[in-house]
Amino acid sequence: MIRLLREFLRFLRQEKKWWLVPLVVILLLLGLAILFSSSSAVAPFLYPFL
Amino acid sequence: MRRILGISAFYHDSAAALVVDGRVVAAAQEERFSRRKNDARFPRRAIAACLAQAGIGVGDIDAVAFHEKPILKFSRTLETFLALAPHGMKAFARTLPSWLGEKLDLHKALAAGLPGLRPDVAHLFTSHHEAHAASAFLPSPFERAAILTVDGVGEWATTVIARGDGARIEPLEELRFPHSLGLLYSAFTAYCGFRVNSGEYKLMGLAPYGEPVFADRIRDQVVELRPDGSFRLDLSCFDLLADDYLTNDRFHRLFGGPPRPPEGSLDQRHMDLARSIQVVTEEALLGLVRRAHERTGERNLCLAGGVALNCVANGRILREGPFDRIWIQPAAGDAGGALGAALAAWHASTERGGAGAPRSATQPDAMSSALLGPAWTDDDAAAALQVHKARFSRLDDADLLGRTATALDSGKVVGWVQGRMEFGPRALGNRSILGDPRSPAMQSVMNLKVKFRESFRPFAPVVLAERAHEFFDLAAPSPYMLLVAQVAESQRLPVDPTATGLARLKQLRSTLPAVTHVDGSARVQTVTAEANPRLHALLRAFESRTGCPVLINTSFNVRGEPVVASPDDAYRCFINSGIDILVVGNLWLERSEQPHASLPGTFEALPD
Repeated sequence: MIRLLREFLRFLRQEKKWWLVPLVVILLLLGLAILFSSSSAVAPFLYPFL
Repeated sequence: MRRILGISAFYHDSAAALVVDGRVVAAAQEERFSRRKNDARFPRRAIAACLAQAGIGVGDIDAVAFHEKPILKFSRTLETFLALAPHGMKAFARTLPSWLGEKLDLHKALAAGLPGLRPDVAHLFTSHHEAHAASAFLPSPFERAAILTVDGVGEWATTVIARGDGARIEPLEELRFPHSLGLLYSAFTAYCGFRVNSGEYKLMGLAPYGEPVFADRIRDQVVELRPDGSFRLDLSCFDLLADDYLTNDRFHRLFGGPPRPPEGSLDQRHMDLARSIQVVTEEALLGLVRRAHERTGERNLCLAGGVALNCVANGRILREGPFDRIWIQPAAGDAGGALGAALAAWHASTERGGAGAPRSATQPDAMSSALLGPAWTDDDAAAALQVHKARFSRLDDADLLGRTATALDSGKVVGWVQGRMEFGPRALGNRSILGDPRSPAMQSVMNLKVKFRESFRPFAPVVLAERAHEFFDLAAPSPYMLLVAQVAESQRLPVDPTATGLARLKQLRSTLPAVTHVDGSARVQTVTAEANPRLHALLRAFESRTGCPVLINTSFNVRGEPVVASPDDAYRCFINSGIDILVVGNLWLERSEQPHASLPGTFEALPD
């Protein structure tokens, strides 16, 4: 995963596509939220946001 | 010794290829082993088959080359969804999980799929069209050539013109998503009720039944063909993020109705649509080919990408294009990307992780007649057949060839499994069903009773290369069945010109009615003794018995099934279809002697 993130950062720098960062961050947060909502104690707090 | 494993996966037709010191040692598609047509999953079975062919293990691999740049492709996907949002949210939600899994983190997918891979092994990534261009040029017989790759879409590019010189491939021009000839053809494929990424062949086969009555409408309102060879789609006609069809209401109004549902009735409008998009595609390709010639000044052309499987267009490029010679990668679709990626890595500079090896062209090419898959010995085959208690006899070569020729002459349909399996979508005589092309009933028999597929679909002839000119107006050899040519005038018979649509199917059009399409064309495979000695010998045996050096050659499978790989697959298909005789190596099996009426199939049938 670290390797992928490093390559993704290199890609953003090379292609000057920094505007993709907010989109990817939102997607990652959403992904994490879905992950947590299905298998953790924080689930009840996340439900209202999903 | 340097061993490079090429992989294509995660879209459609995943495959593996193994290049050892620059030589293509093995290549195979995953679908042949997993028995799921167009299988897109990580090609672990195909990899195992390639490694077994070379007698090595995963730990012996020195580099892995993947046929795409996943981050770039992911970025294109994100940008497309963002550009069209909020439209396509459903498709976005469906697509995203696969991207956040193995498709994006290829390092993880490679580690999971290749247990035992040494940690120092380089993971190399070519772009999608670099892989296609490498597969088109590097194994070709040319020292220098123009290269044209055309498909649906890779990362961003949909069409690339490049120049190949020695081991170097220099990209010159590209067209970018969403302006794509492959997507355009696929949109019409889906609109006419066939499955995208596999039904394009059916649309091409349907085209000769129709008239190009919609061609002007396509040129005026759907795709603009420009004088410089480029083209632009009118995006107001398409719904590129739709779940089922790629087209929208405007497109449907333009062409007279909603999409044809799969298995719906085929009427003249669908045939006219097929013919119209075929004509426009050919014009677009000819424009691109002329542009490639202008830009490079080369005399030779190499083609790859899914659109290069359009053998009708290839025939026109050969006849009407400006190039002296053309060479088409037999695995022109995405499966060939595995081979291209591995070859590109072998020749790429060491700075890019490659071997930096020089190249000299091989004659007739470096593809070993596309016979790059696994082979089974007669003893292996016998063991597999005995599991089913199959009844077979072991014949010597002369007896086997004589009996097969006799069976074919008497109208029998023969399943023919020999040597190494083909790489690419076509069966070239090692995993084939063969029949007598002189029989007027054979097309219908083989379509409906043997392969259980649509009656309109044509069959291809395989012909002794040395006698091909007597039967077909073919200006060059066609070893990979990728060129369509007219049946020679001397073989043609007069037909009623007033017949239309499927009524033309029943007309006797030539002395080879089973392989002559309704427009008098044929998708020819030429065979030399060097390329495939066994098939050549069978054609010779049939010729000496009948005077005819031509056979029907169609892939050994039934509708929805991948082409057979092993003797077990072949036996099951033989039992479950209308094939009369099965020949596996030197083993001879007759249907009437078998203890089964049917056997469970091992493939997952896919809808069309």
